[in-house]
Amino acid sequence: MPSTSPNDDRIEAKFRELHSRGEGALIAYLTGGDPDPKSFLANSIALIEGGADIVEVGIPFSDPIADGPVIQASSMRALSQGATPTGILDMIGGLSSQFPVPFVVLSYYNPILAMGLDRFLKKARESGVDGIVVPDLPVEESDEFRNLALKHNIDNIYLAAPNTSRTRLRTVLDRSKGFLYLVSLYGVTGPRDSLSPQALEAIRAVKSMAKGKIPVSAGFGISQPEHVSAVIQSGADGAIVGSALVRIVGNHLDDPSEAETQLKKTVQSLKEATRLGSD
Amino acid sequence: MEPLRELEDAYNKFSRDPSFKKELAGLLDDFAGRPTPLYLAANLTRHVGGAKIYLKREDLLHGGAHKINNTLGQALLAKRMGKRRIIAETGAGQHGVATAMACAALGLHAEVYMGSEDMDRQKLNVYRMQMLGAKVHPVESGSKTLKDAINEALRDWVTNVQDTYYLLGSVVGPHPYPTMVRDFQSVIGKEARTQILRQEGRLPKAVVACVGGGSNSIGIFHSFLHDLDVDLYGVEAGGESLSPGQNAAPLVAGREGVLHGMMTYVLQDEVGQVQTTRSISAGLDYPGVGPEHAFLMTAGRAKYVTVSDEGALDAFRSLSQLEGIMPALESAHAISYAMKLAKNLGTMDSIIVNLSGRGDKDVEIIAKHLPQ
Repeated sequence: MPSTSPNDDRIEAKFRELHSRGEGALIAYLTGGDPDPKSFLANSIALIEGGADIVEVGIPFSDPIADGPVIQASSMRALSQGATPTGILDMIGGLSSQFPVPFVVLSYYNPILAMGLDRFLKKARESGVDGIVVPDLPVEESDEFRNLALKHNIDNIYLAAPNTSRTRLRTVLDRSKGFLYLVSLYGVTGPRDSLSPQALEAIRAVKSMAKGKIPVSAGFGISQPEHVSAVIQSGADGAIVGSALVRIVGNHLDDPSEAETQLKKTVQSLKEATRLGSD
Repeated sequence: MEPLRELEDAYNKFSRDPSFKKELAGLLDDFAGRPTPLYLAANLTRHVGGAKIYLKREDLLHGGAHKINNTLGQALLAKRMGKRRIIAETGAGQHGVATAMACAALGLHAEVYMGSEDMDRQKLNVYRMQMLGAKVHPVESGSKTLKDAINEALRDWVTNVQDTYYLLGSVVGPHPYPTMVRDFQSVIGKEARTQILRQEGRLPKAVVACVGGGSNSIGIFHSFLHDLDVDLYGVEAGGESLSPGQNAAPLVAGREGVLHGMMTYVLQDEVGQVQTTRSISAGLDYPGVGPEHAFLMTAGRAKYVTVSDEGALDAFRSLSQLEGIMPALESAHAISYAMKLAKNLGTMDSIIVNLSGRGDKDVEIIAKHLPQ
């Protein structure tokens, strides 16, 4: 049974809307249920109020091999508070019914497999999820998952790395919906002091291959407004910021309202940088 | 994906290259000490009273375990690929030591990730790696054991992929590792099959090996896969019990899942979080298992069973005192099951147990459990 709620390609529509205003998208990430359900909900609202264009929520996993220490720690915090995929999708459902911002879920494959691919995607769609990233599911192995995502009107967002070959990149571009997630460095997630020139080069190369058919967003190691404006100026349609936000959560465990304030302020300045990029 | 493709291409190319094969064969014979004997454990056989128990003496290899078969193969491959920095994960430390040895011999730089809990359990191997010139990185994330060391090695690899070769120690992880490591370890079964035919004039009733990731077991099973009269037994770590978190037996107590880039059997909770494992032997302490074992189990070609911590300790004592051979605690799991099996077979039958490593590394743990 196909899911009933229409997707309306809300992610790509968001990129078009921003593009017409000369802005890039700010995609803001938090780990679901971190550090506890209540704070996670409040923090998500802080991201939205700060101006995030798309909210990305990670389903915490015991073995997050693509993530650096900041997101590893957040996953452990969430899991220790009993976070489950179903619980997190329910929380997204609550948020998506209040706020019009598109939601993307990031999950490693095993929690999805454990719930059942179809059940997970159906539940995600019902919770208002618009797109999904599965970092340990390569495009070559993803036909079944991709077809089910299509059936449930969830955009399947693939990753490309700086060393992805042109042949493979063509496949990834062809099969991605919503946007292409360009990993802008060699490595795992986590804030870095500076952006490598290589990242900007990769953005230009991928953008020229994408030929405007699909938005390209850059992530991994992007933590400061200057990074955001640099990637947008290099042609990226969006910038994904994760660890820099999750670190704020981790640094204010005993003062949740300060976390909210800081998150909102940080997102505001990151969002501002997507505008600077346009002039 | 690109590094895996590059690795697969390189492996396909060099594994067929006569000069590569010749160099590897030379290293296996003269550096590692192959072939290893197939030894009739006559005292143990008499003690058990049943089938003849033969030991494939991988414990006599340089470094004290089968691990060197794989590390020499992969280190040689890395060298041919022009990668000078080698990273590896290790559980008990045997793979780390074997990596350090192969790298020193071939002039490569080795860095080994090891869970901090395993470093406590296997101090001796930490010193050995360091003395062999390897750098040991303690891993503090997750359960601080083998699975987390693999996570950390994978994170290092994606960060330093251009000049770094990831030398995985078992038949786990993404393709081509499970195939490649099996190929390098299949020398065990090739020798054992020839040796048993020479010594007994016929094939054994059963082949028994312990299974953590599953490299020594797949290595000895491989040559017997088509001998359908030979039963294959993989022995997983039963730990304290088969309750969640109390063992390291994914094939017996787990279910299908995806971990470390492979689809296989995984110890996990109902929502797919990977569970912590427990075993007295650090080398078996892993929540996943090589995908080829999962295949052999579902295809019905091999059977997978468990032996508890206590069973392994008993077998350690039996083999040490009856044969003068101290097995690694990992291999003691296989010895324990083989003793049980032999009892129910005729005296004309034979069983081969892969004695995958020697027990020197475990004396401290064993001393705690077996007060004299």
